Amino acid sequence: MFAHLVLGLRSAGLPASITEYLTLIGAMKAGVTEYSVDDFYYLARATLVKDERHLDKFDRVFAECFKGLEPPEGVEVQDLPEEWLRKLAEKLLTPEEMEQIKGLGGFDAIMNRLKELLAEQKGRHQGGSKWIGTAGTSPFGAYGYNPEGVRIGQDESRHRRAIKVWDKREYRDLDDTVELGTRGMKLALRRLRRFARQGAATELDLPDTIRSTANNAGTLDLKMVPERHNTVKVLLFLDVGGSMDDHIRLTEELFSAARSEFKHLEYYYFHNFPYEKVWKHNRRRFEETIPTWQVLRTYGPDYKLIIVGDAAMSPYEITMPGGSVEHYNEEPGTVWLDRLCSHYRRSAWLNPTPKQSWGHVRSITMVNDLMQHRMYPLTVNGIDEMTRELSR
Amino acid sequence: MAGFKSTENYIATRDLEVAVNAAVTLQRPLLVKGEPGTGKTVLAHEVAQSLGLPLIEWHIKSTTKAQQGLYEYDAVSRLRDGQLGDPRVHDIGNYIVRGKLWDAFDSAEQTVVLIDEVDKADIEFPNDLLLELDRMQFFVYETRRTIVAKQRPVVIITSNNEKELPDAFLRRCFFHYIRFPDRPTMERIVQAHYPDIRKDLAREALNVFFQIREVPGLKKKPATSELLDWLRLLMVEDLPPEALRTNEKHLVIPPLYGALLKNEQDVHLFERLAFLARRGG
Repeated sequence: MFAHLVLGLRSAGLPASITEYLTLIGAMKAGVTEYSVDDFYYLARATLVKDERHLDKFDRVFAECFKGLEPPEGVEVQDLPEEWLRKLAEKLLTPEEMEQIKGLGGFDAIMNRLKELLAEQKGRHQGGSKWIGTAGTSPFGAYGYNPEGVRIGQDESRHRRAIKVWDKREYRDLDDTVELGTRGMKLALRRLRRFARQGAATELDLPDTIRSTANNAGTLDLKMVPERHNTVKVLLFLDVGGSMDDHIRLTEELFSAARSEFKHLEYYYFHNFPYEKVWKHNRRRFEETIPTWQVLRTYGPDYKLIIVGDAAMSPYEITMPGGSVEHYNEEPGTVWLDRLCSHYRRSAWLNPTPKQSWGHVRSITMVNDLMQHRMYPLTVNGIDEMTRELSR
Repeated sequence: MAGFKSTENYIATRDLEVAVNAAVTLQRPLLVKGEPGTGKTVLAHEVAQSLGLPLIEWHIKSTTKAQQGLYEYDAVSRLRDGQLGDPRVHDIGNYIVRGKLWDAFDSAEQTVVLIDEVDKADIEFPNDLLLELDRMQFFVYETRRTIVAKQRPVVIITSNNEKELPDAFLRRCFFHYIRFPDRPTMERIVQAHYPDIRKDLAREALNVFFQIREVPGLKKKPATSELLDWLRLLMVEDLPPEALRTNEKHLVIPPLYGALLKNEQDVHLFERLAFLARRGG
């Protein structure tokens, strides 16, 4: 009955299962809710979504699956004030299209085209590009358009409720693909800890031994447990200067919070791209530089190298000798990155810029290729993927 | 069975009502998550009250084992009794200590079981309770007895998201995320708790409250429970609403802010912002 919803959810990466689907059907059959679309939405959400990170995805898929299914008090086409509709049409339709519509004649045709356009726009927005956000001239805001979803005519005095619940997209900031915020820190930290705990030597479990000896009425029964071993050594390279500083501070805090879990955590700073010099104290970056060779010699290949930076720069800074913006570098950046990556068996690049925009910046693509696609966004998800890659 | 609805003391949004009723009807556990202070634990009390059922609370700590909810075998006292020659030692049943779930399963009438802050426990904790919560039965090895629930209890589980819960566990639950209440809901909540609060005081206080929540960089945003505490203080102190009135642009440190800001860094941040606002304005 609602199989397409479940299938849609699964293809959107939500772990909905048959059990949950059957539960949903069971709940419908048992008449848990009244016959209303909103209630069905709530019920489906409570049954199929088990993690608030997925709520936003669920809303999107639900909207997609039940397009056209609207609560009776939803948008009435006739309710749209003609004046702004015309303005919106002017903004969205090309002159040729306007001509066409005139040819077709009629309000409905315009309306349908508009709907199509809006649907398209919504689709693109889901894709993550900032189609609306960067447009700037947006007539939408003034007319109740909101980039979080299609909200036509949100004017409350005119329509009692013009938006569908699932189109409100209230759970957007719980999605784990968004950039790290204060809340995300905690989660990311947990991922890092998981990364840090590995290795399984055994040691004597004293409490359990006593308990089982008592259970055996005094006959000695030794119990062993796997030892928690913090074996992970991390070498952190941080890009400082300019727009990166906020992200860097966040990353530093993140890693130092997880510090107790690592056997060693060392960090160095660089600017834009790691060349032959790095430094330990950002304030004295010009006086106290450390040759990268020395870092390579000091920290063995068992360290895991994590470079944090936005990798946005001129391609020359990567490929050409002397390309650096700050000094004359004898060897191009590529050589240095290769050196680092081949010395450290496990390495990754964390990038605070959203993943969707990586393709637009030439240097990011280049660095990602150099890193053999081990570049991850600085999100909870990204850190998760990174730790998995690093601890493989 | 009468469904769960908002009560005088507890304002439940429609989606929460649906989730609770689904869980009650299908006799599955309900997992509740949400920001701290949005009323996750209180929900269980309210559900128990509105369904007229007794509530059994099981608060989870980092050291809690799943087994403790079922039963514990007190081997040490048996050993001691054995050495003292106590005749009780021959019946192992004397050393079985019942847990909360056993109590719930054994109760003649249906109960509401609250498993509070399940994420505090060890990561394997939910896995150890899978079968017990699914079938509502468990086996006591020492006495070779199977305990089956006489009435399947309504199980409400809260989590603060400190650990991820296993998929198999989640699959068996209904899930609800308590969102932070919007302004109209908050007004209803305030009304429900303090029916005789002065309208203007409540309005000003809510203005200040939502303004504080908007301040970027707060470590712990004040939530519903903090707001209610603060309002009570304001009422006890009998402060006039003017004391709270804020000039749109200006951020002022609200009186009795200790109830809202629980972290000294937050207080510092707030003072600094207020100072900047004064100077800038």
